[in-house]
Amino acid sequence: MDAPAVDFTATEIMTVAASRLLKDGTVCFVGIGLPSTAANLARLTHAPDVVLIYESGPIGAKPTVLPLSIGDGELALAADTVVSTPEIFRYWLQGARIDVGFLGAAQVDRFANINTTVIGDYANPKVRLPGAGGAPEIASQAKEVFIVLKQSTKAFVNKLPFITSAGYLDGGDAREKAGIPGKGPAAVITDLGILTPDPVTKELTLTSIHPGVTVEQVKGATGWDLKVSPDLTTTAVPQTHELEALRDLLARTAKAHGQSGGGQSAGGEG
Amino acid sequence: MARLTPLREAVSEIIQNGDTVALEGFTHLIPHAAGHEIIRQGKTDLTLVRMTPDLIYDQLIGSGCAAKLIFSWGGNPGVGSLHRFRDAIEQGWPRPLAYEEHSHAALANAYVAGASNLPFAVLRGYTGSDLPKVNPNIRFIECPFTGEKLAAIPSIRPDVTVIHAQKADRRGNVLLWGIVGVQKEAVLAAKRAIVTVEEVVDELDAPPNACVLPRWAVAAVCHVPGGAYPSYAQGYSERDNRFYQAWDAISRSRETFTAWIDRHVRNTADFEEFKRVFAETAKSKEAV
Repeated sequence: MDAPAVDFTATEIMTVAASRLLKDGTVCFVGIGLPSTAANLARLTHAPDVVLIYESGPIGAKPTVLPLSIGDGELALAADTVVSTPEIFRYWLQGARIDVGFLGAAQVDRFANINTTVIGDYANPKVRLPGAGGAPEIASQAKEVFIVLKQSTKAFVNKLPFITSAGYLDGGDAREKAGIPGKGPAAVITDLGILTPDPVTKELTLTSIHPGVTVEQVKGATGWDLKVSPDLTTTAVPQTHELEALRDLLARTAKAHGQSGGGQSAGGEG
Repeated sequence: MARLTPLREAVSEIIQNGDTVALEGFTHLIPHAAGHEIIRQGKTDLTLVRMTPDLIYDQLIGSGCAAKLIFSWGGNPGVGSLHRFRDAIEQGWPRPLAYEEHSHAALANAYVAGASNLPFAVLRGYTGSDLPKVNPNIRFIECPFTGEKLAAIPSIRPDVTVIHAQKADRRGNVLLWGIVGVQKEAVLAAKRAIVTVEEVVDELDAPPNACVLPRWAVAAVCHVPGGAYPSYAQGYSERDNRFYQAWDAISRSRETFTAWIDRHVRNTADFEEFKRVFAETAKSKEAV
């Protein structure tokens, strides 16, 4: 069963690539949608001892189907413990017990700052997005952050209309200077490749490209002149067991929620 | 001291126009039936508080009950936008909605501060975020001991908090479990609290350390089985994910929204009738 898969979609390789970044035993604060799919795939494959924490209160959640919302009963039933929401944010996140914050985003910029608040002017919004949720403090207090979202010029913009959650701010040592404790975004995983921050400038750089995708394609889906690493690698294709685990998980989820699509909505938390 | 009372009376007597009201629930135990009763009674000019305003807040906002919203994440969980919330913010329909926006960590802390009788909450938060630029209620203070810069926001002290719980005993003591969110803090931060419950029992049989709200911390307890629907009460009901998805279409236009609210809420006498009408609508949809 451990053979490279032949047929997979862009979303599937994105999810598998994101899941692989999560090491076994990691304590991970999980956002709903794509991050939750990737984190649970990690738990069901190479990282059985990953600890998943959802902001609604479950610690050590082991859902058999993906939650549609951040507070599904499924999360509470199969958790090591369920605590109150203030406790999650005060003792566990602010208490610096989270290794990885796994977030989605509506938009990111070249320094991996996140916008989930508004497109257009704040007082006169063109599109009003759901807002911050737990992300500002997850992005600043988790020891490191992974961001997963699909790549397009709408989502990857040179300058955000609104910074909801800090990445590297203006780049360089701006994050450190602002006094933000966590190290910040370690990777942005998309349906086209993986972007990581330049060690010095902190500008997001294409360091891995998914098989079958061209560099031009990735640049074309980015709202700034995307830098490409001289050591660009090709993302390892999903193994068949990873793909099977992902498809089974989504099928179980679709059945449980009565959807045809299968819980990949990036709609958010709540 | 908690009175066991019909929901209509509790809402009528305890919630006044212009009050600051928090109907809390983190996906689980959302007090939908109580929200409907607020709409039915035409309560208005409310300042609504909620970490995660979702469908019931969309309904309250679209029905014109709210003048202001204090929140940290407004959406239809797992589905997308709240169309009535967006229409109020983007187009001012049915009335302009003032809003004050925070992060979850900040609002959770603000409820704790409210319950603790403190004027403000302090946290490590908002660093690098643009939220402090648009919300004057987010400020930064210096720790008097270390000099460290910390975020501060005012406590949340609702006039009324409304929650749904699994059980109450006949004297009005309340027990809830599962994802309990910020409900205990929201109740203790409020001047008055209304709790709707799935079941009224002789004995709570609550284990030590359970989340119990003593009857003397609650103003009214109302027996409303299924009162969280389409949210859920662990041990009693499942979340109706299909309705959350259906809400996207119902709420998309002002006309379909108003028709739904009129038929299911404004023109029904109470939650029991809502359930009957709702079941009929669902049945006729299946027949199509």
